[in-house]
Amino acid sequence: MVDAALHLTIANPTPSWNPFDDLAMLFHYDFMVHAFQAGTIVAIVAGAIGYFVVLRGSSFAAHALSHIGFAGAAGAVVAGLSPVVGLLAFTLGSGTAIGALGNRLRGRDVTIGIVLAWTLGLGVLFISLYRGYATEAYALLFGEILGISERDVVVTLVAGVTTLVALVIVYRPLLFASVDEELAGAKGVPVTALSIVFMAILAVAVTEAVQVVGVLLIFALIVTPAAIAIRFTSHPPYAIGIGVGLALVFTWLGLSIAYFSPHPVSFFITSLAFATYLLVRLSEPVRRALR
Amino acid sequence: MWSRAAFGIEAGSFTAVLGPNGSGKTTLVRMILGRLAPSAGRLEVFGRPPHRGDPTIGYIPQRPVFDPELSIRGRDFVELGYDGHRWGVRLAGRRRAEEAAKASLEAVGADGYAGQPLGRLSGGEQQRMLLAQALVGTPRLLLMDEPLSYLDVRNQRAVVQLIRDVARRRQLTVLLIAHDINPLLEHIDHVLYIASGKVAMGTPGEIITTERLSEIYSSPVEVVRDSRGRVFVVGLEEEASHPHG
Repeated sequence: MVDAALHLTIANPTPSWNPFDDLAMLFHYDFMVHAFQAGTIVAIVAGAIGYFVVLRGSSFAAHALSHIGFAGAAGAVVAGLSPVVGLLAFTLGSGTAIGALGNRLRGRDVTIGIVLAWTLGLGVLFISLYRGYATEAYALLFGEILGISERDVVVTLVAGVTTLVALVIVYRPLLFASVDEELAGAKGVPVTALSIVFMAILAVAVTEAVQVVGVLLIFALIVTPAAIAIRFTSHPPYAIGIGVGLALVFTWLGLSIAYFSPHPVSFFITSLAFATYLLVRLSEPVRRALR
Repeated sequence: MWSRAAFGIEAGSFTAVLGPNGSGKTTLVRMILGRLAPSAGRLEVFGRPPHRGDPTIGYIPQRPVFDPELSIRGRDFVELGYDGHRWGVRLAGRRRAEEAAKASLEAVGADGYAGQPLGRLSGGEQQRMLLAQALVGTPRLLLMDEPLSYLDVRNQRAVVQLIRDVARRRQLTVLLIAHDINPLLEHIDHVLYIASGKVAMGTPGEIITTERLSEIYSSPVEVVRDSRGRVFVVGLEEEASHPHG
């Protein structure tokens, strides 16, 4: 009860016109510091891997991974384990399976969709089996960035660094295979193995991102920033840079706005991402005319 | 696919590979690339058994066009042709990859639009990018799987002329799979005709005749020439050689 009372008083601070005071207020509480730390790591990883997701046309696979992961997380909660364990196990399992199906296999999306529907059904079952389900399920579906502990931040950091290092190692052949799989294969790139490795990296990234935006809102951090970035540049390193930058801005702004409002962080992050995407698409004819 | 096929491609020559769909043209390409082992017999590329990632082969796979949304510059694509099979990001070798790509883009006259997204280029421009990619590095063999099939007649002629010129300048051997021999006729040295499980090799004048093709197909076909020298093979309808009739 004490916790709840405390939460209420800090949930609705009013911003002043002094940005330094506001920033001090923002970082006054540990939970906000942790949220910013975890959010920053997740945004960097999501923005970077998002470029490949968009380039490879795997956004449905990314989306499916998070939903399949939901069943794993719910199952882990029922079994008395940490939801992150179940999330990671299910996303890794399904990710490698999708990767083994190959990048350009016709009908792949249908197969993913069928598995996805079944695992969501499993998720519903697991939630009903678990008694105090409402908050746990809610956190998984929509993210729980304000409830991140210092230990969670460390785990996120380790996972984030691992995914980034893996991404750097496979960068060139992955880019090659994403542009032209047949050609990359002829040049000696192990395309199927690479496809599996990429989905495994994506599985870890998705698991991280779920903590911030939740299973249902994963697109906002992985797909939207990269989708915006490729509309500005077709130079891969620049596109990755812009994607990471946008993911960071969405996360930081979303967290800051949410701090001074009674509404959830996920709503602000996804709305910022959506509004930016809309603006970029709508301004395209104007920008083309100016060029 | 076919048996008792013995043929050699002369180094520095331009050979067109012709034949109906399903006759094994792409199978031949995959064997040369080392992605498929011949079920029997032997195949050598410059005196060595084929192996994946052979740097002496410049390859253009069969593809209609790139996805129009594909947002990567032509220049990046050609650079990937140079060192895209290596792990990691490009650090020390960056200058070398850029220079190799630049030389290759200039050789095919594609440097003017190398900064544009690949997906936005026209079919002819994309084919030049693919050629630049195939030429990057030091290939000795250009292996092309239907590079002309998705181009209009004017672009077909321009691309063939370009391939011929580049191959002459760099003394490359060219093996080009085609559906239609006409845009190639005045440029090629040899024809490799694959049909009905048989392979025939020779100059266009030797192979594209009523007698030879009837022999290869084991059924009467007729080679007809029109007033402008274009060649048509008639009488294959029952053979189901042409999928659309």
